[in-house]
Amino acid sequence: MNESSDHLLRSRRSSESLFSRFQVAGLVVLTLIAVISKFYLPRLIPSAVWLEVPLLLVIYFGLMRPDPVPALLFGAFVGISEDSLSPANLPIGMYGITKTLVGYFAASVSQRFNVGNSLIRLVLCFFFYCFHAFFYWVMRRALLNQVVPFDTQLTLLHGAFNIAVALPLYLILDRMKLSDEH
Amino acid sequence: MEAALFNRYRSYRSLIVLVVVVMAQVLYLAYQVRTGRDERLIRVWAVSAVTPFSGIFEAIRHNTVGFLKDYFLLLDVREQNRKLKSDNDKLKMENVFFRNQLSTAEHARALTLFQAKTPSKTVAARVIGDSTVSTAKAVFIDRGSTSNIEKGMAVVTPDGIVGKVSAVYPLSAQVLLVTDSTFKVGVESQKGHIHGTLDCGSGRCVVEQIQNEEEVGIGEWFYTSGEDRIFPRGFPVGTVISSQPGNGMKDVRLNLSGAPGGAEEVLVVLDGVHQPIPASVAAEEKMAPPLPPPTPDSKESTGVLNGPGQTEADKTLQKYQQLGKEQDHVYGAMYSNMPNFAAKPVPKPPVAAPPVGAPSPAPLGSATTLGARNTESPTTVKPPAVKPLTSTHAPVLHPGAAKPVLPLGSPRATTPKPPATTEPQ
Repeated sequence: MNESSDHLLRSRRSSESLFSRFQVAGLVVLTLIAVISKFYLPRLIPSAVWLEVPLLLVIYFGLMRPDPVPALLFGAFVGISEDSLSPANLPIGMYGITKTLVGYFAASVSQRFNVGNSLIRLVLCFFFYCFHAFFYWVMRRALLNQVVPFDTQLTLLHGAFNIAVALPLYLILDRMKLSDEH
Repeated sequence: MEAALFNRYRSYRSLIVLVVVVMAQVLYLAYQVRTGRDERLIRVWAVSAVTPFSGIFEAIRHNTVGFLKDYFLLLDVREQNRKLKSDNDKLKMENVFFRNQLSTAEHARALTLFQAKTPSKTVAARVIGDSTVSTAKAVFIDRGSTSNIEKGMAVVTPDGIVGKVSAVYPLSAQVLLVTDSTFKVGVESQKGHIHGTLDCGSGRCVVEQIQNEEEVGIGEWFYTSGEDRIFPRGFPVGTVISSQPGNGMKDVRLNLSGAPGGAEEVLVVLDGVHQPIPASVAAEEKMAPPLPPPTPDSKESTGVLNGPGQTEADKTLQKYQQLGKEQDHVYGAMYSNMPNFAAKPVPKPPVAAPPVGAPSPAPLGSATTLGARNTESPTTVKPPAVKPLTSTHAPVLHPGAAKPVLPLGSPRATTPKPPATTEPQ
């Protein structure tokens, strides 16, 4: 009985810390900005199609949250938001499933590694980018029977570009978290 | 006991939630694929939420960045350039139509066709955003169902095809580009009228389903065939950059002329009209009469070629030199008044008639390209010139030309063939 109440207390504390650190409104705004950036940025900078800010957000949230449930739910939310702006020939759920898995695995990994280290974060970020691209490609082939080419070299290159963006982005997000704590 | 159960539940809780969330999405996805129904409500909400922001960003970018560039860097050159580009695009579009009309008119009774045929009705739209899927090629435009845009309509630019409307929302629409892996376009070659299917899914545009025995030359133009029921027949698609025999089918690669990914302003075809494929000019070009000998005066004064070998720069130089001469301006001389470059040069008096038997003195480049404009950039890929209406070539009756123009969705017109093969039996 004591143990269960302890669990309840711990989960409440964790959810409180979630709301204190990353408030829901802030998360929604960040998600909106990330999705809009993916929607609009390539118009400004055509070579920015490789930029996956929503994915970087999901990874960050997963790494910072040792509890996988909120992380996977956040991943599903971001993924479905992206799906709703995808071409009409791609059904809703493709990005949702992929980002759900990314969020879950990122949170699971954060229980075993010290994700406070920037280097580990970037390595994980690179890995999850490649996983995301590959899994999405597999789903398009397997579930939708769409023959889409998969360029391994390009994926690795884009992964490297994304971690270059993730480095300052995560620093900013860390700052935001600290300022909330104060 | 209760605590043990709770512990067990907790240890599997995240996994259970993961399975539930993923399975729910997979089932929902399977439902969409199975029924072929698009979840319109979610998309409408998302697009309606995002496109205003995108429109605002685009307006801010257009006004602020454009303002700074216009007034501090380039004054009003940018605005003029935009206007000229817009005018040029309109003229090019008209040019394509009139060239098609003239090509047909050469073969048949042009007047009847001009009365029966109307150009495709289009509405201009601006590209305001990309798709969120980097591997899928789609863009959003700022016109929707309020502008009478419907799903499946063709989207083009004056240079070529862009894509088709794949989803329509009240104030915006999604356009699936021809470069998307799932998009295929029915195309037809200009010379041999060889039909094929354009597929740009592998990153390069390939015309499939062409037999190895078929003749397709490099540089040959492909046009829409109208068989896909999306694009009206006769829109330029691109030129052949390589044509090699393949395994069973010919490997023909195209260079798209419409630049679908980089288009900023497009035209949505509201009411498409099939047009004939412009006739090839290769044979006539080979038989064209040689150039007349250059007059000593022009040779000495300009020092540039006077004929089809002229580049745009040569023509401009020649024009400016003539203007300078007419207005008594000496280039490079001090205190010489600025000439009026907007004035049109006075046409030169006709040169002496060539000796009997000599070829016609008409300049080849200008005479064979009806409706072609000199303002086009030499780097852009242009549809080839159509066969000219010259007195030396008697009009040839085109068997299919007198037929009424078919609306979109109707069976495609028969391929034009020589009169001998299509005579009524």
